[in-house]
Amino acid sequence: MTTNISFLLNGDKISYDIKEHWTLLHLLREKLGLIGTKEGCGNGECGACTVIIDKLAVNSCLYLAIEADGKTIETIEGLASTDGTLHPIQQSFVDNGGIQCGFCTPGMIMSSKALLDENPDASREEIKHALAGNICRCTGYIQIFESVEAAQEKVAANKGGKDE
Amino acid sequence: MKAFKYLSPTTVEEAIAFHGRHSETAKYMGGGTDVIVKVKEGWMEPDFLISLKKIKKIGELNKNNATGELSIGAMVTHATLEKSLMIQNEYPIIYDAVSNIGSLQVRNVGTIGGNLINAVPSADGAIPLIALDGVALLHGPEGERSVAVKDLFVSPYKTILKPREILKKITIPPQAPHTGSAYIKFGRRAAMELPLIGIGVLLTLNEIQGTCTKARICLGVAAPTPMRAFDAEKFLIGKKINEAILIEAGKIAADESRVRDSVRGKAWHRKEMIRVHVRRMGQKCLELINAGK
Repeated sequence: MTTNISFLLNGDKISYDIKEHWTLLHLLREKLGLIGTKEGCGNGECGACTVIIDKLAVNSCLYLAIEADGKTIETIEGLASTDGTLHPIQQSFVDNGGIQCGFCTPGMIMSSKALLDENPDASREEIKHALAGNICRCTGYIQIFESVEAAQEKVAANKGGKDE
Repeated sequence: MKAFKYLSPTTVEEAIAFHGRHSETAKYMGGGTDVIVKVKEGWMEPDFLISLKKIKKIGELNKNNATGELSIGAMVTHATLEKSLMIQNEYPIIYDAVSNIGSLQVRNVGTIGGNLINAVPSADGAIPLIALDGVALLHGPEGERSVAVKDLFVSPYKTILKPREILKKITIPPQAPHTGSAYIKFGRRAAMELPLIGIGVLLTLNEIQGTCTKARICLGVAAPTPMRAFDAEKFLIGKKINEAILIEAGKIAADESRVRDSVRGKAWHRKEMIRVHVRRMGQKCLELINAGK
């Protein structure tokens, strides 16, 4: 029950022989060594394993690796530039106290990225709605929402800069 | 997780044939947000998982503008429904319900068909489809059959589907003008929680007299399966709907409900919330009708 799949992972073409019962999370963490994506509950309740598949935020713990065949996948490892510069959302979480223990952070940031890629002007309500499936036991969420809003401003400012 | 063979047929007939070949040890899977949890937890131990994801025909959402009939493929995800402007504008009760199922990560993958077949008593996805008089199209080895969505459910976690049958789509008949509909998932929080109680109301008013010509009051978690409050619905017919009438309808619906005490809440609280929210959802229907939606 081994099958070869290929997919685009953080811009790189990956081909891998997987077992059909593997989750995408298992493939990422245990086989590809991408341990930025976390396993929290393993049942789709906490959002720590969130990755972006074809532009949609998805729980990788409930997504079979075999269904990733042909898809475009983004994980937290793909966000920073090769020179180490953080993605505006990552920097914003650092600057605004959106991170404490850090366990939920990769999932929070991937959910935030999926939202802002689709809706850069998301309101506080829309941010809350999009992040409702990501649980954080440290921050009380307020700093996380503020981090996302600060990232929106940064992205908007960058865009303005480029246009001029 | 237990090892299994993954099959991805591209037609319903092929899926049924696969299932026939492996019978007892095969399971169909929609988005997988429930099935994978069950396999992980050992509640389900399939040797073959038959994914329905590649069957394009049952993943389409469309409205026939000539007939006014809405067709929702079983494999349409909650997020697709939530983001559809047509659903938002013309079927607000569906939007209200699907936009609070699970989390966005679950809604991006989980399907309306899977939600129905799962047959949990809360059934956020089922309530609006029952209120809209939805009809489910099933396909099994002996061919197709249609059944009202409200008759799909037998008991908690059990539907009338035979082992090899597949839910293909739900059709919603055309809605009369001057119809409003709304749903509330009432609980401690909306995300990642089952509701304490779910209340869906649909009202159609006569254009001239403003009297109620059609009423649907559908309740989730109020009985072992999703239920309609028929007495409360009957009470509303022919009446000019105002707050006093809706309060009375709420009382009747609460009395009709078969709520129980559970870990999530007490029966008396659930009854109280049915009373309150039948009124509020009724008022929301009136607002939508007045706004011409």
